[in-house]
Amino acid sequence: MPKIKAQEQLPKERIHNFNEVSFGYTLEEGQKEAERCLQCKRAPCRQGCPVGIDIPAFIALIKETKFLEAAWKIKETNSLPAICGRVCPQEIQCEKFCTLRHKDEPVAIGRLERLVADLEIEKGFKIPEVRKKLKTPVAVVGSGPAGLTVAGDLARRGYPVVIFEALHQAGGVLVYGIPEFRLPKKIVQAEVSYLESLGVSIELNTVIGQTLSLDDLFKEGFKSIFLGLGAGAPVFMKIEGENLNGIYSANEFLTRVNLMRAYLFPEYDTPVKRGKRVAVIGGGNVALDAARTALRLGAEKVYLVYRRTEAEMPARQEEYEHAKEEGVEMLFLTLPVKFEGKDGWVEKMVCIKMELGEPDETGRRRPVPVPGSEFSLDVDQVIIAIGTRANPLLISRVPGLRLNERGYIKVNERGRTSKKGVFAGGDIVTGSATVISAMGMGKVAAQAIHDYLS
Amino acid sequence: MNPAKVLQKEEIAPGIFLMNLETPRVAAKAQAGQFFVLRVDDKGERIPLTIADFNRKEGQIVTVFQVVGRTTAKLADLKVGDELATLVGPLGKPTEISQFGFTVLIGGGVGVAALYPILREFKKAGNFTYTIQGARSKEFLIWEEKLLAYSDKLILTTDDGSKGRKGVVTDPLKEVLEKEKVDLVFAVGPSMMMKFVSEITREYGVKTVVSLNPIMVDATGMCGACRVEVGGKTYFGCVDGPDFDGHQVNWELLLARQRMYCDEEEIARKNNA
Ligand SMILES: Cc1cc2nc3c(=O)[nH]c(=O)nc-3n(C[C@H](O)[C@H](O)[C@H](O)COP(=O)(O)OP(=O)(O)OC[C@H]3O[C@@H](n4cnc5c(N)ncnc54)[C@H](O)[C@@H]3O)c2cc1C
Ligand code: FES
Repeated sequence: MPKIKAQEQLPKERIHNFNEVSFGYTLEEGQKEAERCLQCKRAPCRQGCPVGIDIPAFIALIKETKFLEAAWKIKETNSLPAICGRVCPQEIQCEKFCTLRHKDEPVAIGRLERLVADLEIEKGFKIPEVRKKLKTPVAVVGSGPAGLTVAGDLARRGYPVVIFEALHQAGGVLVYGIPEFRLPKKIVQAEVSYLESLGVSIELNTVIGQTLSLDDLFKEGFKSIFLGLGAGAPVFMKIEGENLNGIYSANEFLTRVNLMRAYLFPEYDTPVKRGKRVAVIGGGNVALDAARTALRLGAEKVYLVYRRTEAEMPARQEEYEHAKEEGVEMLFLTLPVKFEGKDGWVEKMVCIKMELGEPDETGRRRPVPVPGSEFSLDVDQVIIAIGTRANPLLISRVPGLRLNERGYIKVNERGRTSKKGVFAGGDIVTGSATVISAMGMGKVAAQAIHDYLS
Repeated sequence: MNPAKVLQKEEIAPGIFLMNLETPRVAAKAQAGQFFVLRVDDKGERIPLTIADFNRKEGQIVTVFQVVGRTTAKLADLKVGDELATLVGPLGKPTEISQFGFTVLIGGGVGVAALYPILREFKKAGNFTYTIQGARSKEFLIWEEKLLAYSDKLILTTDDGSKGRKGVVTDPLKEVLEKEKVDLVFAVGPSMMMKFVSEITREYGVKTVVSLNPIMVDATGMCGACRVEVGGKTYFGCVDGPDFDGHQVNWELLLARQRMYCDEEEIARKNNA
């Protein structure tokens, strides 16, 4: 028996709105899916979960229709299940190790997680009692998944925790990057409010490195600091014409639409250009999100331009399928070489065809240009989603903080940096990765901070 | 918490407002040349405004703005006691202050308010400060006395000649460049003015620093909306600036990028009407 399907909005309807694509399981569907779980003794699925959720246990509870209990079981190790259930690449994590995958399809662990987490949001959170009240405050810089996880874990242990966030809303990429149709903002707000009810306080609009320095935080009495800054700085292609009007980084385009709600302009004040012929450059989740957002803003044609092939795309499988259904046109083995414009606005993108050559250091075959294969596309908007790097704003101003060759913060296996009392995790350590890997590192660092302060 | 309360509001010239804001953390760190980002309400846009003055002890900053679009109009409608939805700062790098020697400081329009703390620091650092202030006409000349307090010489220009010299800031600039050995020019105001200033000083080979105001979103280096080209390289205005070498700036690009949302501004205007 294959996975139970989750109902979705039809592609031709959903490209006209920002509502969530998947409706998720109903309780009946969820229970049926849970019946598929073999409850393996060894639980191979658990090795694929960076935060160590007791997967068979929560699925068993669903089987018994103890839906809320299932949510609480997940919450023992994961404070953000409604988010993870939606955005984790389960196919390369828990579901990859599911015994059933040898027979037919793995259990839809992500969808089950989402089902019970949503139910708990609807019914109201159970707030675990924090017994001890400790006197050693911890500062967390950045409110992305890494920072939120550290804050939640330490608050539960009784530490006073303050999160400092540069933007005016908590959530990091979850609120500025990942679009509403994949991760509704009210879900993020609900999970953030759960952390607040654990006693975490969040100071928005505070840029550490500008408003306050790390030393200021120590002077204010924080005994330890966690840096969960993300890999926030956009990378551009450094090719001719890249600063023409109509050319955006994915970060800017998505921030305008998601965080600033430009899709509701002029009800909301922030504008965004609505291109008719849009090229998105890149092959990851970010590129797909940008492409699908452009469609929803009314584009007639959206190209996804990727220099490798379908097989090398790092995006989540499900989202790639969604994007294809919605009509995003994939141009594989294609590299933009310059942009041409008129009166300051982009009009054309010149590309060259690529072919796969020898494997590179990542083991993927390196794309190399095919001489003489240039061609051009008429475009009025371009979104560059070829990656991000560490934002130097704070880390370049902390004397004694060691960075690696790629400019990310150097930590030991427990998240400890070269600076006393300062820990780090998430994308600022690994480079852009996933929500769950950021959370996994957050968990490890929370334990290390606890040990450091004990 | 980071409060952002309006303590004082005053229309100091037609359509030009001064606002005193309570924001202790920002005031504590503010330096000449830096800016902050605000959002008036929950549906508002994030816009940068220069810190025109600050009082660390009282925890206050002063900003001066001209009503040009929706956000500045909303801002001007706030009353004393109101809170901004967002106030974050100080942002950007502070202006480099040192003893340069003979300096010419030029402020155009509301840029004069941005110039003021820089002028003050230049003076305190021991520079000779030759200040040029320009405006359309006399009612738009602001902060004349404040400039006077730190200027060794203050020249006023108005387009219509209603006060000071008739003409634009580049006229007295040329004259002083002819007469004196100028060590540094600093200009802040409309991009077109800064462009013309830079073109003239280039002829005289005098180092010129300008304070750019590209469109911004986060203003922390996360989006690249604020891209500017300086010396053929791309920089992020919010974190690498706002000050840049005026002779190296690609002014055409800056001017084009500042017009990116003209159509949308028109839609917003109609929507409000
Ligand atoms: C468009 C997009 C789609 C994605 N889709 C997926 C997906 O489907 N599945 C998945 O698993 N992963 C996805 N990712 C990746 C995932 O979102 C990131 O790996 C994850 O968010 C990293 O978490 P983090 O906590 O390290 O940092 P972030 O989420 O980047 O959060 C960092 C936070 O720190 C704040 N900050 C930075 N510097 C400072 C400072 N100096 N002072 C104060 N605050 C500061 C930032 O404003 C930000 O809010 C996606 C990423 C993007 C951009
Ligand atoms: S405004 Fe976003 S990077 Fe400068």
